[in-house]
Amino acid sequence: MDLFEYQARDIFEKHGVPVLAAAIATTADEAEKAAETIGGKVVVKAQVKVGGRGKAGGVKLAENPKDAREKASAILGMDIKGHTVRTVMIAAAAPIEAEYYLAILLDRSNRTFLVMASVSGGMDIEEVAHTAPEKLAKIPVSAVDGISMSKAKEIVAAAKFPAEVADQVADVLLKLWEVFQSEDATLVEVNPLVKTSDGKIIALDGKVTLDENADFRQPEHQGLVDEAGENPLEAAAKEKGLNYVKLDGEVGIIGNGAGLVMSTLDVVAYAGEKHGGVRPANFLDIGGGASAQIMADGLSIILGDKDVKSVFVNVFGGITACDSVANGIVQALELLGPKATKPIVVRLDGNNVLEGRAILKAAAHPLVEQADTMDGAANRAAELAAK
Amino acid sequence: MTIFINETSKVIVQGMTGSEGTKHTRRMLISGTNIVGGVTPGKGGQVVEIEGHNLPVFNTVAEAMAATGANVSVIFVPPKFAKAAVIDAINAKMPLAVVITEGIPVHDSASFYTYAQSVGTTQIIGPNCPGLISPGKSNVGIIPADITGAGPIGLVSKSGTLTYQMMYELRDIGFSTAVGIGGDPVIGTTHIDCLRAFQDDPNTEAIVMIGEIGGDAEERAAAFISEYVTKPVVGYIAGFTAPEGKTMGHAGAIVSGSSGTAQGKKDALEAAGVKVGQTPSETARLLRAIMGR
Repeated sequence: MDLFEYQARDIFEKHGVPVLAAAIATTADEAEKAAETIGGKVVVKAQVKVGGRGKAGGVKLAENPKDAREKASAILGMDIKGHTVRTVMIAAAAPIEAEYYLAILLDRSNRTFLVMASVSGGMDIEEVAHTAPEKLAKIPVSAVDGISMSKAKEIVAAAKFPAEVADQVADVLLKLWEVFQSEDATLVEVNPLVKTSDGKIIALDGKVTLDENADFRQPEHQGLVDEAGENPLEAAAKEKGLNYVKLDGEVGIIGNGAGLVMSTLDVVAYAGEKHGGVRPANFLDIGGGASAQIMADGLSIILGDKDVKSVFVNVFGGITACDSVANGIVQALELLGPKATKPIVVRLDGNNVLEGRAILKAAAHPLVEQADTMDGAANRAAELAAK
Repeated sequence: MTIFINETSKVIVQGMTGSEGTKHTRRMLISGTNIVGGVTPGKGGQVVEIEGHNLPVFNTVAEAMAATGANVSVIFVPPKFAKAAVIDAINAKMPLAVVITEGIPVHDSASFYTYAQSVGTTQIIGPNCPGLISPGKSNVGIIPADITGAGPIGLVSKSGTLTYQMMYELRDIGFSTAVGIGGDPVIGTTHIDCLRAFQDDPNTEAIVMIGEIGGDAEERAAAFISEYVTKPVVGYIAGFTAPEGKTMGHAGAIVSGSSGTAQGKKDALEAAGVKVGQTPSETARLLRAIMGR
């Protein structure tokens, strides 16, 4: 889960990373009040989980509370790369003397953690990595040993931070490690980390990604979920414990196993090229045990998507035999009754496939048709969606 | 021959007394796996009867190994306790630990992987994987044993159900070993480890490699194939139509920016001479053409 900047800031503050005074606002009124409380010049910053908001006009300096009100009212409701701005952060303005970069992340390739540090912060770090890789220090961090003070000092030296800030930066790095580890983060990035004109080091903007697998030991993370920004179908699916991602097409997809479902999306998209460009409407993995209830929950989510014109149920019977999947589909359609309105193409293969196909054939539901192969089923579902 | 497991593998089940552990112990026994016991801390000394086998339960992996001579452990422990279970296996110097558990925090898997590397005596497969099967010889994990039999194809895959699908497509030819390495961001055994083992296994004649979006494991595998693998390899990548920034079911399956795309992986594999199918069935056809079957 990616956090908003203000959530990252709050987590930084909780762990002692130096940040500026700030408050959030969802209305111009609130923005003005926040600016009054903070005092002096403030920065009004759009809270969106996408880069490039500065260029899009989502970050503005305000001279006083009245000005903050105006800037906030311009930014709130703005669309930045498809993300609607619902919240702004009002933060104290700081006199910046230098901008640095600091990040701790999971390095998948090397199956370890990695610190990236640079004294050329403030800009797109991927750009720095590309054009001037010598300016970006990359230092592996053991998942067992973590970052100690001596390791932090080693990193700060490797990134060539100026001597007058080295100790402060090392201290910030140590605290960022605490954030990374104790919050089960997979990314903690500060860009820019700034040196103010009075010589202080401050995390001016932060990005944090949390590992949802760790939710069982991070009860507070539940409160960070952006419910307003969630797609309503995704939210409904999550409530049912279903692994669902809304996409932009017309063919609803249900399958078992993440890889098979991803593959199903591809096969449907290829088939759709021959049928007016129809595309998969969603990702939905119902997992290994495809019971009638899970199948009904899945089908009702998909049929609740007004963009869906046809449904493709693609199941490989492994641990779950095809006959129980077929029974699940039949019972799901009974449970849904008149709510089931779209044609459903079912492809079953694997364990007890003949029994499964026979059950669907005997049930003879008017909306259900079977296909023998994944490719054939995808083609038929695309064809039905194009009608 | 096979890779990683064979008819001499002696398997213990960590978490055998839990519901998932018991269910899959039964399935593994039915498919002929030599299961010699289980580990559940606090339940040592019990004997559990599963499918007519009286299986002793031990408190630690070290005790289980001393008593049974086990050389493979398969782990069905819930995410909360999985790290401790894997570390128990590493401390016991268990040669192969297969972690089926889904949903382990990546800080935990990064930590037990790093620890295993430093101790140097345990190969980890997974986590969040279906395990591996050498048909007719040993089945460690949750791969259905009745899809196909022994044969000359080696298969390595990030995905469970795609593994089953591909085994089914090629069921008339059969497999030396099929390995599900898992779809998490940090896994113990990679495509490369399996490719190397298949290349070195005299009974594997051709290799199917299944990947998916996220990370750069397939790109690395492509480079490895160029320099090491002389056997024919066909590939399949899932997730061509996955949008950027959306996690597709597996914790590791996410396209971020320009990295981790299916197209990038396909291009890398093709540059290494690997034929890449657009669908699972086309991938199977490509392999048939190469093998002349």
